[in-house]
Amino acid sequence: MSSIHAAPAVPEKLTWAGGSEPLKASYGKLMMWFFLLSDTFTFSALLVSYGMIRFSQPAWTGAHEKFYFATTHWPIPEKVFEAMPFFHGEAPLVFVGIMTFILIFSSVTMVLAVEAGHRGDRAAVEKWLLWTIIGGFTFLGSQAWEWSHFIAGPHDLAKAAKDALGNPIVGANLTENPYGPPAFADLFFFITGFHGTHVFSGVILIIMVFFNTATGLYDRRGHYEMVEKVGLYWHFVDLVWVFVFTFFYLV
Amino acid sequence: MATATLHANDTHAHGHDHEHEHHEPGFIRKYIFSEDHKTIAKQYLITGIIWAFFGGALSIIFRLQLGFPNMNLDWLKPVLGEWIVEGKLEKEFYLALVTMHGTIMVFFVLTAGLSGTFSNFLIPLQIGARDMASGFLNMLSYWFFFLSSVIMFASLFIETGPASGGWVIYPPLSALPQAMPGSGLGMTMWLTSMTFFIVSQLLGGVNYITTVINLRTRGMSFTKMPLTIWAFFFTAVLGLLSFPVLLSAALLLIFDRSFGTSFYLSEIYIGGEALPNVGGSAILYQHLFWFLGHPEVYIVLLPALGITSEVIATNARKPIFGYRAMIGSMMGITVLAFIVWAHHMFVTGMNPFLGSVFMFLTLIIAVPSAVKAFNYITTLWKGNIIFTPGMLFSIGLVSLFISGGVTGIILGNSALDINLHDTYFVVAHFHLVMGAASFFGLLAGVYHWFPKLFGRMMNNTLGYIHFWLTFAGVYCVFFPMHYIGIAGFPRRYYSFTALANNAQDTFADLNAFISIAAILTFAAQAIFAFNFFYSIFKGKKATQNPWNSNTLEWTTPIIVGHGNWEGEIPAVYRWPYDYSKPGSASDFIPQNVPFSATPESNLPEENEEIANEKEIEGLLAVQNDVYNH
Repeated sequence: MSSIHAAPAVPEKLTWAGGSEPLKASYGKLMMWFFLLSDTFTFSALLVSYGMIRFSQPAWTGAHEKFYFATTHWPIPEKVFEAMPFFHGEAPLVFVGIMTFILIFSSVTMVLAVEAGHRGDRAAVEKWLLWTIIGGFTFLGSQAWEWSHFIAGPHDLAKAAKDALGNPIVGANLTENPYGPPAFADLFFFITGFHGTHVFSGVILIIMVFFNTATGLYDRRGHYEMVEKVGLYWHFVDLVWVFVFTFFYLV
Repeated sequence: MATATLHANDTHAHGHDHEHEHHEPGFIRKYIFSEDHKTIAKQYLITGIIWAFFGGALSIIFRLQLGFPNMNLDWLKPVLGEWIVEGKLEKEFYLALVTMHGTIMVFFVLTAGLSGTFSNFLIPLQIGARDMASGFLNMLSYWFFFLSSVIMFASLFIETGPASGGWVIYPPLSALPQAMPGSGLGMTMWLTSMTFFIVSQLLGGVNYITTVINLRTRGMSFTKMPLTIWAFFFTAVLGLLSFPVLLSAALLLIFDRSFGTSFYLSEIYIGGEALPNVGGSAILYQHLFWFLGHPEVYIVLLPALGITSEVIATNARKPIFGYRAMIGSMMGITVLAFIVWAHHMFVTGMNPFLGSVFMFLTLIIAVPSAVKAFNYITTLWKGNIIFTPGMLFSIGLVSLFISGGVTGIILGNSALDINLHDTYFVVAHFHLVMGAASFFGLLAGVYHWFPKLFGRMMNNTLGYIHFWLTFAGVYCVFFPMHYIGIAGFPRRYYSFTALANNAQDTFADLNAFISIAAILTFAAQAIFAFNFFYSIFKGKKATQNPWNSNTLEWTTPIIVGHGNWEGEIPAVYRWPYDYSKPGSASDFIPQNVPFSATPESNLPEENEEIANEKEIEGLLAVQNDVYNH
């Protein structure tokens, strides 16, 4: 329970002796923690799959400047993700960097919402949840742009990888990929999509919590623990993105 | 909060702040969409029993083919219809039978039916809680399982047949619909069903773990918990960390099947034509699958071992031998379960060096397993044994666990595995150590806790007949399979034509013997079904504590109401195994009897604990508060 709820004190040596919630962790928060532990394994399995397939494929061994897209070697991420909306020219990994910053910043606003909940300050909770929702939607929108850019393929068709007949591959999907081996596109769509689904569910949850806050449900209940629980989920989703980002854009 | 509805009967501490909870729930809320852990446990149990009869019946059909390959099966046409072709079992359908038998037994009977039933039923009752941490999620857990059951069941009746690629559904066989009829709609339904099943397991597991950590009654520290609860706790941890990996594996497979990706597919020719898929790895699927698949073995077995600990100590009227060693060995098994998966893959072309690492880790499992086996035997040693049917099934489990376990040491050896992999030797091994042993644990649990589940006793005589037929039957079925496996019979084959030394003729009689034994053993389960369903309605009325047991569930009323205890939840002062304690007039001292009430039998260190009793009782206000907020 949060500090608002005054539970009778438990002598320290009886923390684990039953009759009380050890370390004052409510069942709801524990459940969220264990769910996140389990979800960690879901994502780990996907990222391990990425690693295994990635390293079973040939990497580009030539000079960085001479790199070209071909289905015979894994692409260099900077060459693939180099576009920015409203900007013509090369800006390798800038856009995804902004996306990542937005998502991490939405974690900060979530922390502020949780902190406001501890104080029981309904207006502040509403404000920070709203900022978090905006951050979440901005990230999802950016990801949609990133996807559509990836799906469209390189602007200059001459740069695209060639298929078995020597024709340039037009556009990326789950079976073809103008940037390199199809496995790259498969993994990219699946793992960032799976993460995006998590972000989307997170935003929906935060909207529900925002609604409950605005209607005064948590004030009547006497604590804002639900904000904390959804906050845990939101931080987890951000943390996972850091790993996804590392795997797809940096390695 | 869900727990707010739990303290309806707890009229002492608080009673009037929630007016909505005083009327009885209607029929639907009470028996169908119930949030009461006892009702959910019964739902799991009865669904599990129904599934067990289906899973068993499928195995009898393919045993007919294996034992009597020339038999005319036209008489099965009314049931199997088009699957009987000219008096013979259709070949593809044989594969479907094997697959569905495995899937049903492993997941639906021995995972959901076993830990779903007993974790739900016993965790709140034995740790002294009014219900699970979240009754709502618990209810969802059952209904996700039900949905998954309906989909799996429906897949048995579609024209192309259910999934047929083995319960492990390895790609590319399972990934390509053109590979076999069962890889079409049947496999899609299998994957859908299993996805819901995993959701159900995760909801259940999160609930079990949280309940054990947060809702133990005052005085019930972790070192005073019955071994059943320890076993369910470890089982839930195993499931929580391994099922999500199966979920990932299944999702990737769904994409390979339906959306054209190549996670598991590479360089495949069908009918001389190359498929476009490149870059995937079938071995990747096997790694992901067995990362669940191996812990799954312990998800199935640990609850049975926990139940056995409890039943054996109670009916040997002796403290369990090595209580902490039992906890330690279960913990060891839980950890090891996650790092041995590749022993299922010794011959897949995996690096032999990796194989030797996995072999080493695998063989270490023999240590905690042996600790458990010795502890059961030493608990029985010089005990004042009462042979209830539950006790017989528990002793039967120990026997099966040992005789099935020793062949594990052989199979865990990566060199011997070259010869033995995918033969009937493997089938014999895992049916004894995991299949039959867990099944015996399930039956022991049903016989032992039936009085608490339904307030009535099962018939003992029928229980004895059921036990002896099943015990003898299981050995008659699975022991000869070792010889058949060594002779080179591969598993999952429809018929045998060209084995070395004409083994198919030499062993024809033994195969027929196994099939007859299987049919008789299966038939014997009808005795159980009758006993079970008859006793629910007509059994002898149970007393409050029919086995003179120490654990908390026997302090509840005979018919346990919503909230489990009328009045306060009892406090706990001692471990659950004070049987035949020297100095005590009674041969059992329940957990809720304080040391201050038993000065004649206290050990010196227990006398010192008397000083703490006031403090433990003082936690009552805190405990009531947990249910209030």
